[in-house]
Amino acid sequence: MFTSLAIPDKPGSARSAIPEPPPATRSRSIALLRERIVQIERMHAKGSAERSFPLGIGAIDRALPTGGIRLGALHEAVSAGPDTEHAAAATLFVAGILARTGGPIFWVLRQADLFAPGLACAGLTPDRIVFAEAGKDVLAVMEEGFRHAGLTAVVAEHTGRLSLVASRRLQLAAEQSGILAILIRRSPCFDDPALHEPTAAVTRWRIAALPSPPALAHAPDTPGLGRARWRLDLTRCRGGEPGSWVVEACDATGRLGLVSGVSDRSAQAA
Amino acid sequence: MRRVVSVWFPAFPTDRLRQPESPREDAGPRIVVAGRTVMAVDAAAAGLGLRPGMKLAQAQVLVPGLSVHDADPAGDAAALSRLAEWCLRYAPLTAADPPDGLWIDVTGSAHLRGGEVRLLRDLVSRLNDLGWTAHAAAADTPAVAHAVARFGGGGSVPAGADAMADFPIEALRLPAGVLAGLRLMGFERVGPLAAAPRSPLVRRFGTIVALRLDQAAGRVPEPIVPAVPRTLIQARLTFVEPLLTAEAFSTVIVRLTGTVCGDLEQAGLGARRLDLLFERVDGSVQAIRIGTVRPVRDVRHLGRMLDERLDQVDPGPGVEAMRLIVARAEQAGFTQIASPLTQDAPPGLASLVDRLTNRLGETRIYRIAPVESDVPERSERRVSPLSGTGGDWPADWPRPVRLLNPPQPIEAMALLPDRPPAAFTWRRVRHRVRHADGPERIAGEWWKRDREWTSVRDYFRVEDEDGRRFWLFRRGNGSDADTGDMRWFLHGVF
Repeated sequence: MFTSLAIPDKPGSARSAIPEPPPATRSRSIALLRERIVQIERMHAKGSAERSFPLGIGAIDRALPTGGIRLGALHEAVSAGPDTEHAAAATLFVAGILARTGGPIFWVLRQADLFAPGLACAGLTPDRIVFAEAGKDVLAVMEEGFRHAGLTAVVAEHTGRLSLVASRRLQLAAEQSGILAILIRRSPCFDDPALHEPTAAVTRWRIAALPSPPALAHAPDTPGLGRARWRLDLTRCRGGEPGSWVVEACDATGRLGLVSGVSDRSAQAA
Repeated sequence: MRRVVSVWFPAFPTDRLRQPESPREDAGPRIVVAGRTVMAVDAAAAGLGLRPGMKLAQAQVLVPGLSVHDADPAGDAAALSRLAEWCLRYAPLTAADPPDGLWIDVTGSAHLRGGEVRLLRDLVSRLNDLGWTAHAAAADTPAVAHAVARFGGGGSVPAGADAMADFPIEALRLPAGVLAGLRLMGFERVGPLAAAPRSPLVRRFGTIVALRLDQAAGRVPEPIVPAVPRTLIQARLTFVEPLLTAEAFSTVIVRLTGTVCGDLEQAGLGARRLDLLFERVDGSVQAIRIGTVRPVRDVRHLGRMLDERLDQVDPGPGVEAMRLIVARAEQAGFTQIASPLTQDAPPGLASLVDRLTNRLGETRIYRIAPVESDVPERSERRVSPLSGTGGDWPADWPRPVRLLNPPQPIEAMALLPDRPPAAFTWRRVRHRVRHADGPERIAGEWWKRDREWTSVRDYFRVEDEDGRRFWLFRRGNGSDADTGDMRWFLHGVF
């Protein structure tokens, strides 16, 4: 299986190379293998797998196999630590991504604790969102959203455990529709282990609040609040490597800013 | 589980005198008489001591200047069936219950009105607005609903509850002769009567007593024959063999919706509400109802919505006929759905909204529109998902993405009058404040409530040592006790 997959065009040389492959051949085999895996994965998707939406930060986009948030795929956003209950940072992160897309968004809530002016502060205007309060049927209502072309994204807030079967179902529905699907995972428990279980989602983002630097770098004692700061962990990524970045939270147009690791200076100053 | 609403009009004939179609010039107490006996009295007359069953001469002696009207049973019956048609707004199966009541089978449609209790409240208040005094009750069987509406003051009887036991035997809808006989035998209440041996009762009164008791317990079905206005667009199919399976129903739905949509197209209408009635072999009728947000005559869309509700239908021994009724239709123009010259227009959200509205209820799918108010709780309102929201919130004021409703009390220490707290305790966890911004002062809206004349909230955005950001406020401006009690609350999370 390995040899036929790795070097389909040169079977003879592959066999001879197995005992001691030169570094160049090895990296080429790995590259070929990766390509093959991606092809197999794409057989299930119908033409939508290629399209993606860049986050706008080179370092993060390079870490994602499609160069950005893939459309027609399921993504998860989780808040870290005590924020798992309200998932405020995760919601802001999602709102920031959506603010930079266009078109209508379908947002499925379990209960109505979302504050639309807060979303508007991240650039997501209310005229783009249709809300549905689905109670316990969040996932079923989310799936319903995929059946309707014309939506840009479907967002759902799911509390508690998400089974592999349920997430696979959503992922397939998202693939077929080509709609961006984001699941905000919440839990009443502090850092619920259920949120770390594997699912069929393409990526999982974990957003943790970090202490922000003083509002004015040259006068740290001045009262005031600067831009919030997050640690953005890509804890799962199908076809890519996990990563971790320190970013500045969404601004009024939903853009993140990468923090240079050198000093306390903010991104604009750097 | 079947749920039936019974509506009772205690003063139906006199209420009808106040209706616009039969305006009477006379003022003062009114009574309706049949022959020489008082049949109904209005509230004013009842206040003067008049009761149905009195002799007319006695009533006229007691209240001089009484306005007396002759009974009009045919007019009453016509008014009652018009009311039954009006009640189609609540559920697809409604019927008149002469002489002074209505039936509504709300099985599976109460959630569209926010539950049974709210449906009953809405029903009674709308009827009151139309000039009818009404009591309404919901229960598992028509018999119990009927009894609770008349003898229990109305309301929703929980499923499976034995509500009848304490009612007088008059609640059983028995003929007067049977009632008198039962009273002679010492029966006053339904409970002892239900517990008594059946055979002597049947020998003495016939099967009517047993039948009414079994109807109350739900052991004998009591179908409601629906009132269907003849003028509506509808289609009906009868079958040689009774149908039982969902696949068969789907096939019939395709044909019925095809017929109905053709009729709608000819009339230039679109359906806003559709009722599908299943006429069962045993004479009872089951119904499903769907609503749409826009007038629709798309066969596939309507068929799919009806198909989704098929799991609510209990075919029982089989369905011998199905009838699709357009309960509400509105003007719908013609739209071009395809053109070779242009790209496909993006499909609207109407079909998504329709399907979710039928699934979740009308209030659960919405857009949020800004309201010009600085008080956070009042700064948004829900609007229909297909309407525009208009405007935006002012962008310069940061607002949290999660708003806690109601605001949660916290313990905080801060320097008065306008310093942010140095630390606060929420749910027994202490948060030390590293950075803060504020205060943003939001004054009460005195034009809404007098109590808000002086009240003030001072909002602070704070960040704790972990970097989490919170939106806190203090009731009061920090110096004047009139403006608030200086307690601290957490109102939102960023």
